[in-house]
Amino acid sequence: MKKEIKKYQKPFKERVVRDFKMNKAVYFMLLPVIVYFVVYHYVPMAGLIAAFQDYKIKLGYFHSHFVGLKHFKRFFESIYAWRLIKNTFLISIKDIVWSYPLTIGFALLLNEVRNKGYKKFVQTVSYLPHFISMVVVCGLVMDFCKKGGILSIIVSFFTGTESSLLSEAANFQGIFVGTGIWQGIGYGTIVYLSAISGISPELYEAAKVDGAGRLKQTWHITLPGILPTVVIMLILRVGSIMSVSYQKIILLYSPAVYETADVISSYVYRVGIAEGAEYGFSSAVGLFQSVVNLALIIIANKISAKITETSLW
Amino acid sequence: MKKLSEENITVKKRSKGERIFSYFNTVFLACVTLVFLLPIWHVFCASASDPAKLIQARGLLLKPAGSITLTGYRLALKNGTIIRGYLNTIFYTTAATLIGMFGSAAAAYALSRPNLMWKKPIAFILSFTMLFNGGIIPTYLLVRNLHMLNSIWAVILPGCLSVYNILVMRTSFQALPEGLIEAARIDGAGHMRILFQIVMPCSKAIIAVITLFYVVTHWNSWFHASLYVDGQHRELYPLQLLLREIVIMNSQSALELAGENGALNLGKELTKYAVIVVSMLPMMVVYPFIQKYFVSGVMIGSIKE
Repeated sequence: MKKEIKKYQKPFKERVVRDFKMNKAVYFMLLPVIVYFVVYHYVPMAGLIAAFQDYKIKLGYFHSHFVGLKHFKRFFESIYAWRLIKNTFLISIKDIVWSYPLTIGFALLLNEVRNKGYKKFVQTVSYLPHFISMVVVCGLVMDFCKKGGILSIIVSFFTGTESSLLSEAANFQGIFVGTGIWQGIGYGTIVYLSAISGISPELYEAAKVDGAGRLKQTWHITLPGILPTVVIMLILRVGSIMSVSYQKIILLYSPAVYETADVISSYVYRVGIAEGAEYGFSSAVGLFQSVVNLALIIIANKISAKITETSLW
Repeated sequence: MKKLSEENITVKKRSKGERIFSYFNTVFLACVTLVFLLPIWHVFCASASDPAKLIQARGLLLKPAGSITLTGYRLALKNGTIIRGYLNTIFYTTAATLIGMFGSAAAAYALSRPNLMWKKPIAFILSFTMLFNGGIIPTYLLVRNLHMLNSIWAVILPGCLSVYNILVMRTSFQALPEGLIEAARIDGAGHMRILFQIVMPCSKAIIAVITLFYVVTHWNSWFHASLYVDGQHRELYPLQLLLREIVIMNSQSALELAGENGALNLGKELTKYAVIVVSMLPMMVVYPFIQKYFVSGVMIGSIKE
């Protein structure tokens, strides 16, 4: 103990030297990883300077002209800004509203299965879509949504006419969110099932003694027991509201449905890479997205820390 | 024995309502299972269908349309572009996973050492990239400026280390008894040796899960390759990128490159499904074996210091 205090009283420089001498090998193990993150994550962050430049490949970051907030002005004054922000938020919010209750509900139902073999079988099958690539999933979605596809046939029972579902703007968000749930719900239950298994069995015993049935036990013990997990998952999700899975959007959308399908990141991709090479402008739009994302996750974390005492950091 | 009899009692105690619920729950979950399975089953059936019948088929296939044929698979296996893509995917996945696992294990081990003065700042530097990033364009410009476009490194390196995986592994390593490592230190073992001969063998579950995470990510990835490899370097395409051309853009160029003639028009749809099956089969076969460890890979507590 005495030694510990003495160590901390040493001047900073001495401590650094000592720490390095003691842990040299450990720092060398970390070095490649740190270099990797600096190169592949921090250099691009610095590269966001392009958002304020009229970036030209030939001139690079050091010689391109600074244009201040020109790109941001152009974006927010364009007809796209509102549409992109609206679509991004709408898709994310629809996803949260549907996939959260469904995933938690699915986990609760799985938890009620008494036959272990059956439970494991259902779980295994429900994880399957998670391991299928986005390209294949989107290929299937397109297959099922075209005329004569199964989804199209099912919808025609209600509407009377069979149509190509993906080419109508009104359908896109529903299809996007629905297939996302298909792909993610099973895998999403893992977190909740592990939280449920962490609840003390004594609580259930006590509830049984008090005469609570399964439903009451679920309501009064299981749900409060997994609340911290639910909150953490929500904070994480809110923090990525702005980053809708653009890979899936890019695979599924077409100009006919841009009106409801185009989100900020898919627009960035289109303007910056796929159709144009407006690096400065697209960096600016991307920066806007990243900043809002960061702000959202900080706010969500603050609110959660205050209300539920659960927080990410 | 005691546990068994307890279970019996609780079964007896279940009320009528609970038994009815249990019955409906079983049936409902069976239906849900079908919803997960049928689309995949459809692909399997389509891939083994009679090409002429497949084109006329509507809705979901519950069995192959027409008589079972393996023409699709034969065509896919004869197709040089697709074989090349498959081999590329195997190579990229192996290389990126190896790099990712070595890096992650080393970083996780280092960050799990208790007496590291700069542990917290370093963990912060890594974690911050989960909250904020430069985005697609600056990353693209970086790869471009590094002159890595159209090289295997552009496909392998970006995204080969995941902070999330490092943090999950660190949490798992921290749970090992410190005495184990200290004893090895006293015996004169270096950190690398401790990592490979003590820590990793003691953490098989987490190693399995993280390896699977990396493998699945790389096996299924197409976006990096589509950003960094252009159409003139198709020999570098991973399978998923070829699949995008075949399945999404409905361009048959990848299939046509095989040098087959127009008579095989019918077979193209068939080949498409066969390639899909071949592409997803390895992951489908592997994950059930590691499934029981998944829980250790999603421990959300890992994110918090």
